[in-house]
Amino acid sequence: MRWPLSLIVGLALSGVFAAAALVSFVWTPWPVEGISVASRLQTPSLSHWLGTDHLGRDILSMIMVGARTSIAVAVVAVGVGMVLGVPLGLLAAAVRGSWLDDLVMRGNDLIFAFPSLVIAILITAVFGPSAVNAILAIGIFNTPVFARVTRGAALSLWTLDYVRAARVAGKGRARISAEHVLPNIANLLIVQGTIQFSLGILAEAALSYVGLGAQPPLPSWGRMLADSQTMISFAPHLAVFPGLAIVLTVLGLNLMGDGLRDLLDPRLRRAR
Amino acid sequence: MFTRISTSAAVLALMAGSALAQQTDITIGMVLEPPNLDPTGGAAAAIDEVVYANVFEGLTRYTQDGSIAPALAQSWEVSEDGTVYTFMLRDGVSFHDGSAMTAEDVVFTLDRARAEDSTNAQKALFAGIETVEAVDDSTVRVTLSGPDGAFPVKMAWGDAVIVAPESAETNATNPVGTGPFRFSDWVQGDRVELVRNDDYWGEPAALTEATFKFIADPTAAFAAMMAEDVDAFPNFPAPETMAQFETDARFKLILGSTEGETILSMNNKTDTLSDIRVRQAISHAINRQDIIDGAMFGFGTPIGTHFAPHHPDYVDLTGQSAYDPERAVQLLEEAGASDLTLSLKLPPPTYARRGGEIIAAQLREVGIDTEIENLEWAQWLETVFRGKDFDLTIVSHTEPLDINIYARPEYYFQYDNPEFQALMADIEAETDAAARSEMYRQAQRTIADDYVNGYLFQLAKTGVANARIEGMWENAPTQANDLTGVRWTE
Repeated sequence: MRWPLSLIVGLALSGVFAAAALVSFVWTPWPVEGISVASRLQTPSLSHWLGTDHLGRDILSMIMVGARTSIAVAVVAVGVGMVLGVPLGLLAAAVRGSWLDDLVMRGNDLIFAFPSLVIAILITAVFGPSAVNAILAIGIFNTPVFARVTRGAALSLWTLDYVRAARVAGKGRARISAEHVLPNIANLLIVQGTIQFSLGILAEAALSYVGLGAQPPLPSWGRMLADSQTMISFAPHLAVFPGLAIVLTVLGLNLMGDGLRDLLDPRLRRAR
Repeated sequence: MFTRISTSAAVLALMAGSALAQQTDITIGMVLEPPNLDPTGGAAAAIDEVVYANVFEGLTRYTQDGSIAPALAQSWEVSEDGTVYTFMLRDGVSFHDGSAMTAEDVVFTLDRARAEDSTNAQKALFAGIETVEAVDDSTVRVTLSGPDGAFPVKMAWGDAVIVAPESAETNATNPVGTGPFRFSDWVQGDRVELVRNDDYWGEPAALTEATFKFIADPTAAFAAMMAEDVDAFPNFPAPETMAQFETDARFKLILGSTEGETILSMNNKTDTLSDIRVRQAISHAINRQDIIDGAMFGFGTPIGTHFAPHHPDYVDLTGQSAYDPERAVQLLEEAGASDLTLSLKLPPPTYARRGGEIIAAQLREVGIDTEIENLEWAQWLETVFRGKDFDLTIVSHTEPLDINIYARPEYYFQYDNPEFQALMADIEAETDAAARSEMYRQAQRTIADDYVNGYLFQLAKTGVANARIEGMWENAPTQANDLTGVRWTE
């Protein structure tokens, strides 16, 4: 079967940044914490491919390490959301209509009701700004998304014949959820996970832009943007490159999510 | 004939028209909003930046060059032994509420400031006062417990402005002073508006209205200047944009120096930093010029002690803590302080946030790791200034001649040296100018010898204003935006 074009482009784009992040563990063009005031605000050149920032740090190196920060925060945040949200959604679907279902879903609504960035600011304001707290804040906001998607998909499975057969065979609700429901909604969760991943990267950039994400000297794309905004008129490369990094990564992940849905959704597959 | 008359009438009308078109209102940009508007009841610099010399006046006042001039006291006499000051007050001065300013108000103000329950932020200014009495309506006699040559300077501080008993309690929200401008409105979170006081005793201000607008974000401040929403920004928060304002004919730069000694404060009471060798190592690890260039885009003068370089008594001690990473490493070894990790808590200004990143990198070079934590001002005051929960922090001390903070062992960096405290007490009592100068030099050397803090640079005043504005202060001998002499030109 052919892979959709969006998946290929998305994978390529995300792959570039994932590779940059991985490579940055062992090698960056320049040491990322190496401040060298004498060589500040250089435009892109052969020695500094993307130029240097206002403290003389190499922008390419910072973007590579920043990719690490972004990806790490987004991966863990999506993980937290999945680990908490999916079981909650399965539970709600399994006990559909009961008070427990209501409790879980209204709890979700409660979290949904708050603008996510506002709550993230609240969390980081209370517990102090750090990458860990940013992960926590973003993770909490992923939880209801996964719970709702899981419940919706699981509900439709619970009415299918093979699930009923499993019930007749005497399997408990928990076991059916794990053995029959979960594997059949995994595709959906992967697609949703990819989209949440891109939102996580955006959220991390937003939080570090307002100073609540990763703290210096750890580079992060959002803070690179924030630091450069008063210099944008005479050193635009300071803002353009981290900005492009955010745009391309998020675009890549969204394309990948679209492509995965095309590839994995049985209904769409049949239509093609 | 008729035509000539009408022509001259037209010319007159044109002239009147151009006189009317002359702008008489101004909008001044400020980074921080004052918490209240009573300079006698708050330490925030932003209070004085709005009301000093504009709304409130003291017996004496600072002028642009840092010298002291008569204000509400037109002259004063000192007794032979230097302990009795007699101030002759100006006649015909009234408060904005219409009541006359008399000797009784001065007595009230000084007694209130030095009272036991006073909330004055600089009570030390009044500590030497024994009695204050009104000789007659326009004469005040202040008796000091010991000779104090600097008493007229102390009376020029914003904390010593003269207030009336009727309005003293409400000055925080509705300031009533004697100055050339009256308070008009305060829209919290946005601006304070002043209007000209037409009953001013002195030469009336050229401006009829002044608005202080609070813009904390450097990008927003830049946009507001570019859009000419703000006419002047005396302490512009982003030094990197100065070059751009300079090339724009609509603007002019107001560059000068401030009283702000920008220092890397060290908590002298922690286990590691109580060791002078560690503090010395940190001082040697710092490259001042890199910080000035990198964080302030070249604006700032290196300092080696807690004293303003433009002060006549300044001693250049930068060499004593010159950049010498090898010496720093060696000192750390001697002190047995390897693998140090210190907290570096940074308040919001550019000099702290950017300077902090540079210092963190420089300390890493000599093997000291730092944990940077960016704090808002309220958090910084709570944890660092009052809580003393920090290893390192960067802050600019903007009060004039504030080396005496080193004589306060409970002050946040907790330097406790009885000799220094004795020296400060001696300076207070000394009336001979030459002897005082020598003692100030000694004080500067003492704190440099003890490597109390890392001394970075004297904060420059990087201001920008519309090119048609005249009369703004270039230097900041005290925290103020004196609008008395500010006017628009064609």
